[in-house]
Amino acid sequence: MKLLLDLFLTFARIGVMTFGGGYAMLPILQREVVETKKWATEEELMDYFAIGQCTPGIIAVNTATFVGQKKKGVSGGIIATLGIVFPSLVIISLLAGVIESFSHVVWVQNAFGGIRVCVCVLILNAVVKLFKKAIVDKFTLVIFAVVTLGSCLTNLSPVIFVLLAAAAGIILKALGGKEQ
Amino acid sequence: MILYLQLFYEFFKTGLFTVGGGMATIPFLYQMSDATGWFTHTDLANMIAVSESTPGPIGVNMASYVGFITGMKHNGTPGAVSGAIIATLGLVTPSIIVILIIAMFLRNFRNNKYVNNAFYGLRPASAGLIAAAGITVVMATLFFQDTLAEGFSPAAINWQGWVLAIILWILTNKVKFTKKLHPIVFIAGSAVIGILFSMSA
Repeated sequence: MKLLLDLFLTFARIGVMTFGGGYAMLPILQREVVETKKWATEEELMDYFAIGQCTPGIIAVNTATFVGQKKKGVSGGIIATLGIVFPSLVIISLLAGVIESFSHVVWVQNAFGGIRVCVCVLILNAVVKLFKKAIVDKFTLVIFAVVTLGSCLTNLSPVIFVLLAAAAGIILKALGGKEQ
Repeated sequence: MILYLQLFYEFFKTGLFTVGGGMATIPFLYQMSDATGWFTHTDLANMIAVSESTPGPIGVNMASYVGFITGMKHNGTPGAVSGAIIATLGLVTPSIIVILIIAMFLRNFRNNKYVNNAFYGLRPASAGLIAAAGITVVMATLFFQDTLAEGFSPAAINWQGWVLAIILWILTNKVKFTKKLHPIVFIAGSAVIGILFSMSA
C-alpha cells in the first residue's frame, strides 16, 4: 500500500515537471526513478523508454506503466499510470474552465489568433524533426508522401493508414528496405 | 451516458493507434472533430497551444482538454470534469493493457524482427499524418476560410499571420540564442503579438 502511494506520488511529480512529454521527460525520469527511488537501473529505464516508443500510446504513459509493473505488478502499473496523468487532469480542468469563461473577450480571441499561428510553426518543426528520423530511403519517402496526401485528400481514419503502414513496413523491409 | 461511452471509445482508439508521442495524437483528434462535431478545428488549434504550455505529456493534456470541452457542452461543469477523466482514461487504457502484456510475456519484444520492420513503415506514416494535420491547421489559420470559399485571391491570405509565422520559424530554427527556448516562450510571445495586432480572424 505504501509502495503504491509512493508510485502514484512520484509519477504525479514527474507529470508536473514534464513540459511537452516524450524526450523532454527522460532526464526527469532518470533523476526520480533511477537516482532517487532506485526503482530501475539506467539500462532498464532506457529499455522501457525504447519499448514505450514502439508500443501504442503516449511514451510517457507507457514508461510509467512499465516501471510500476516492475515494482508492484498489475496494480503498480495501473497506479503509476494514474499518477502520471493526474496533474494533467487537474491543471487542464482548471485552466480550460477559466479559458472557456473568457473566450468571448475580444483580447483573448486576439491572443489565440496569434497563438494559432505559433501552433502552425510548432507542428511544422515537429514534422521536420520526425521526417529526418523516419525517412531513410525511397520506400520510407513514398510512405510519407502517400500518407500525407491520402490523409489530406480523403476522410479515411488515421487508423487505416497506421495499419497499412505497419504492413507495408514488414513487406518493404523484406524487399530490401534500408537498415536503421 | 452514451456520450461518455463514445468519448471513452474514441480515446481508446486514439491510444491504441497512436505511435510515437507528442503531436502523434493530433491527426486522430482532427478526425474525431470531423466525425463527431464535438469541437471545431479552431478549438483544436487553441487546445494544442494550451497543451504545449502546461505541465504533463501533450497527448494526455489534449485528451483531458477535449474531454473537458466535450463534457461541458453536454452537461456543464460536472459534465466537463467527468469528460476530462473519461477521455484521459480512454487514452491510457490501451497503454496499460499492452505494456502489462509485454512486461509479463514478451521481454524480447524490442528485438523482434517484425516489430522493428513494422516501425520502418510506421515512422514515416506518423510523420505523414502529422504533416497532413499541420496542413489543415495552416489552411484554417493562415488563410481566411470565408474569402477562400469564393475562390483564391490575395484577400484570402492572412498576411499578418504569414509574417508572424515566418518570424517564428526563423527564431525556432535559425537564431542560435532563441532556437533552444521552450515552445511556451513563442506561444506567449505570439499571444502578445495577437493582442497588439488584433489577430482574432
